[in-house]
Amino acid sequence: MSVTLNLPSVLAGHTGGARTIQATGRTLGEVVADVAARYPGLAPRLRDEQGKPYPFVNFYLNDEDVRFRGGFAAPLQDGDEVTVIPAIAGG
Amino acid sequence: MPATSSRISVPTSPAARPLAARPLRCRHCGVERAPAPLAICERCLGPLDPVYDAGRPLPDPETIARRPPSLWRYKEWLPFDGDPVWSLDSGFTPLIDAPALARRLGVARAWVKNDTVSHPSLSFKDRVVAAAINAAAAFGLDTIGCASTGNLANAVAAHAARAGLTAWVFIPEELERAKIIGTSVYGARLVRVRGTYDDVNRLCAQVADRFGWGIVNVNLRGYYGEGSKTVAFEIAEQLGWRLPSAVVAPMAGGSLLTKLRKGFGEFLAAGLVHGQPPRLFGAQAAGCAPIVRLLERGGNTLEPEVPQTICRSLAIGNPADGVSAAHAMRETGGWGAAVSDAELVEGISALAEDVGVFAETAGGVTVAGALALARAGHLHANDEVVLCVTGHGLKTLEAVLDVIPEAPVITPRLRDVLPLIESIEQRS
Repeated sequence: MSVTLNLPSVLAGHTGGARTIQATGRTLGEVVADVAARYPGLAPRLRDEQGKPYPFVNFYLNDEDVRFRGGFAAPLQDGDEVTVIPAIAGG
Repeated sequence: MPATSSRISVPTSPAARPLAARPLRCRHCGVERAPAPLAICERCLGPLDPVYDAGRPLPDPETIARRPPSLWRYKEWLPFDGDPVWSLDSGFTPLIDAPALARRLGVARAWVKNDTVSHPSLSFKDRVVAAAINAAAAFGLDTIGCASTGNLANAVAAHAARAGLTAWVFIPEELERAKIIGTSVYGARLVRVRGTYDDVNRLCAQVADRFGWGIVNVNLRGYYGEGSKTVAFEIAEQLGWRLPSAVVAPMAGGSLLTKLRKGFGEFLAAGLVHGQPPRLFGAQAAGCAPIVRLLERGGNTLEPEVPQTICRSLAIGNPADGVSAAHAMRETGGWGAAVSDAELVEGISALAEDVGVFAETAGGVTVAGALALARAGHLHANDEVVLCVTGHGLKTLEAVLDVIPEAPVITPRLRDVLPLIESIEQRS
């Protein structure tokens, strides 16, 4: 599946300035793995050393929180849009 | 007259020390960066907190007591150097002795921290916006905004109007009328979003990233959140520079609980108060209680919920500070309670009848939550408890419309009054 991945501006430095990139995978976890392989700087910022999502980095699949869709196991379809938004906690 | 009165909201005199925001440090990786309208660490995506100068001179109780009655009397613990320029009159709300409520709870003493009369927008959100709008001033921003369940919308709109800033306010489509009107009346650019608060919050993270506005609870959050600590500072001072044994507060995003803990801790560290920090208790509506359920379930993984409660001001299904709030409750020896919508309405009535304070739905959750915690044995007979009541009841009239009895209507004749008195006395 080919999907569009939207990144926050704080991560664009790891993609040569691009805030929107194309990625492939049958699940969100596969898409994250694909992106992590192509942009090594992004890898530790999108998932932990075990490949699990961080509690403070939220993924949205077509604007829906992926935790309601199975997290990294969420199945994707061609043309889906995935958005990465760091949780705005603390302060 | 002094050059800067506590009751004005205009810029301070030119002689004031120039305002600057404090630097920021990542809570996860510890990296420091220059002050900026930024809440996310560029290295690891962790949250950024303001850094204070550990060697700064701190005032003693007498010095603080001589200062104007606003949250700025604690300016050494707020994230700025120099003097604040806007919202100089927020904070220092009453702490009300509540003996009838203490009896209802079965505790030694009870007080209500009454932020229903917070100035200017009748909720504790005036505190965080007072901090955020000064951060906006320090960064030269001319537009502020927020994602809100209502109270923050009112506060951002009111504070921005006084400062002459443009306000963009994003709220869920379905909010109480008073919260919608109480935002748009100030001339704010109010946007109703089809979705829950969590949808609005996600959208505002994208808006802040794209347009560079000062979204107070997104990219100004590091500065904004520090305003909540002033609730703890005021409680300590108003109790005569001592701490209560327990504090009960409502939880939406969970930030207030974490900031109460930080505030009490900072006053203990400064030697302004002594003894044990208060046990912290959090209350949520059962229709949206992800933090209470995390507490009961154990562990550190918050499971988001889709809110279904009349308590819209607490309807955050994915609370960003939920895990930290659960830690604050566990580690201080406190706990949490989730109450039904019917119980929260009873809580509003109990607070009004016992204390003479009319609270919005979140206040009903706090009172009903305290009663549930007392029944479960979490509050004790020797406890001195402060309940944080964070917003005014006129904002959520819809919640109590069905339970308030219709008042009798009579003709303007004395002979109509006597039977009325007799019938009412028979009922009571």
